[in-house]
Amino acid sequence: MTPQDDQRLLEIRNLKVQFALEEGTVRAVDGMNLAIDRGQTVGVVGESGCGKSVTAQALLRIVPKPGEIVEGELLYYRPTDGDGGNLHVTDLAGLPANGDEMRDIRGNEIVMVFQEPMSSLAPVYTIGHQIMEAIGLHQHVGKQEARERTLEILQRVGMPQPSQTIDSYPHQMSGGMRQRGMIAIALSCNPTLLIADEPTTALDVTTQGQILELMQKLQNDFGMAIMFITHDLGVVAKMTEYVTVMYLGKVVESADVDTIFHDPKHPYTKALLRSMPRMGVKSRRLEAVTGMVPDPFHVPPGCPFHPRCEDFIAGRCDAEEPPWIETEPGHGVRCVLYE
Amino acid sequence: MSSTNSPADVDSGRSVRETPLLEVKGLRKYYPIRRGFLSRTRGYVKAVDGVDFTIQRGETLGLVGESGCGKSTTGRCLLRAVDATEGQVRYWISDETGWTDIYQLAGEDLRRFRQFAQMIFQDPFSSLNPRMTLLQIVGEPLTVNRLASGEELEHRVADLLRRVGLRPEYMKRYPHAFSGGQRQRIGIARSLALEPNFIVCDEPVSALDVSIQAQTLNLLQDLQEEFHLTYLFVAHDLNVVAHIADRVAVMYVGKMVELAESDDLFDNPLHPYTEVLMSSVLPPDPRIKTSQIEMTGEVADPANPPSGCYFHPRCQYAEDRCRHETPELREVRPSHFVSCHRAEEITLQGVI
Repeated sequence: MTPQDDQRLLEIRNLKVQFALEEGTVRAVDGMNLAIDRGQTVGVVGESGCGKSVTAQALLRIVPKPGEIVEGELLYYRPTDGDGGNLHVTDLAGLPANGDEMRDIRGNEIVMVFQEPMSSLAPVYTIGHQIMEAIGLHQHVGKQEARERTLEILQRVGMPQPSQTIDSYPHQMSGGMRQRGMIAIALSCNPTLLIADEPTTALDVTTQGQILELMQKLQNDFGMAIMFITHDLGVVAKMTEYVTVMYLGKVVESADVDTIFHDPKHPYTKALLRSMPRMGVKSRRLEAVTGMVPDPFHVPPGCPFHPRCEDFIAGRCDAEEPPWIETEPGHGVRCVLYE
Repeated sequence: MSSTNSPADVDSGRSVRETPLLEVKGLRKYYPIRRGFLSRTRGYVKAVDGVDFTIQRGETLGLVGESGCGKSTTGRCLLRAVDATEGQVRYWISDETGWTDIYQLAGEDLRRFRQFAQMIFQDPFSSLNPRMTLLQIVGEPLTVNRLASGEELEHRVADLLRRVGLRPEYMKRYPHAFSGGQRQRIGIARSLALEPNFIVCDEPVSALDVSIQAQTLNLLQDLQEEFHLTYLFVAHDLNVVAHIADRVAVMYVGKMVELAESDDLFDNPLHPYTEVLMSSVLPPDPRIKTSQIEMTGEVADPANPPSGCYFHPRCQYAEDRCRHETPELREVRPSHFVSCHRAEEITLQGVI
């Protein structure tokens, strides 16, 4: 497979990740497709259990056991040094998870910022130590230079008083500062893709705004692509260019951000948008999505959303898997209503 | 919502349109900081630092603010889930008893008060005992207060479960078999078991998925109408609070900085901190471009708050006076209270 254009960075093709548990097999990701271009910001939206975080873990090959990639390709268009800027296509799904190549990519070219900055930083090391560790792993520099680079990166992520903070422990910092520290670790090398998994969910609104603005600024500076995993539609609207909506391991809709918010097609996307309370819009009752997300061992047959769907067609939605339909270029939806 | 429109006056002289259920005066909760070998007290974290407000019968008062501002502690002090350091919390329990100061209650009286006021917790995963069945969890308040047992208990629990949208057949199951939204319903059923009048909802939907949030908010509203409940709704999500609350109070570092009718607060905020908070909310629409007001510095340390107005180091409107004089919460417009020296001079941006 050759890339159509040299802008392509990553293609997820028919990714399936399963967890074989005693109670049964959980199909956490069940046929995920997604393409990310260089420098693009893509949002992956969905509720808990929809498979958005597992997709990210698959990309980094850190799916926790007993989870396994059982099918699909993770094509990474990797820039190669000294080859005239040629791209080298690597299927991340085919690499050994702890092999040299994957270790070279993980944390260096593809990096991740996690949700909970308190639990994803080591409490017994200073923030400076943790950034220097990342630099030391991937770049051959001396201690002194690593420290200088660390100071520089702390400055770039807007850490107050970098020369003092570099020797602070995570518990001495506020939530916003810790998240800046996490971003600093992620950006300490030269990533092509930053995966941000709910990076602001644990933060206060005022801090959330600062971190999001920082991420936008850094994206401009570094030119990396961002895969933004979140359930917060406000964050999606502000940060992303292209949005993929997931439900129970499947992509149900994807389109550019304006289309998702103003011309959604899938009943689930529509229902989600309608159910949100909005400041300044007064309504006595919210239009709630009925029912609960089914438990992962009992995913309904056919379209997984059919028990909660307003447009449910008996005999079709509960029997056959809906096809993926392109209603217009770049706008796809998995629903029989658009056949 | 049922409300008698008698203009009852709470002795502070504030204009009150309805009948009050709860009155809070000078509420303070200080946590001592102990250090050293002898654990000497070296200072206090002023979690709640002098808060006054009233809650009307049948209304929902929203309490918003960032983490650490004291909103949850305030809610807990109202139930004596934690004991306040100072201040008065008085409930109008019935017309016969009149005002009851819960900090004067002990023994049997306090136990009786606990049937009157209940709490719904944030995290439905840690607030339910995993070793108890639904029957035990929801029925516990009834058993402890010797209000029901045996078959009668099962009937009442079945009723409660049905009322919150859970199937009574699930009564013998354990919490692990339920999703987050269902668990929150279990918690709600439990809080309703003693037929309370007043419920403190502490971030009741923030741990839930978007599609489950709306259901839960609708359920809380239905229950309020059916059982004439009064809510204190503690939350950080302004979209949620704007939807559910009749009046909204904003807290910053242990103090209440603004209190007003919900619509009035969101359309015409009077405190600069409220303006910053509202500008930080991201609208779920890529066509609306908002710009967040930049705020310098970090939230003040409640153990060592700044002089004057606690918000002055981060306030873009601060002047000399704000650094020295502590502003009082005062009624600037009818039913709109704010603690800002400059409330009359500055014009702030509300919700767009």
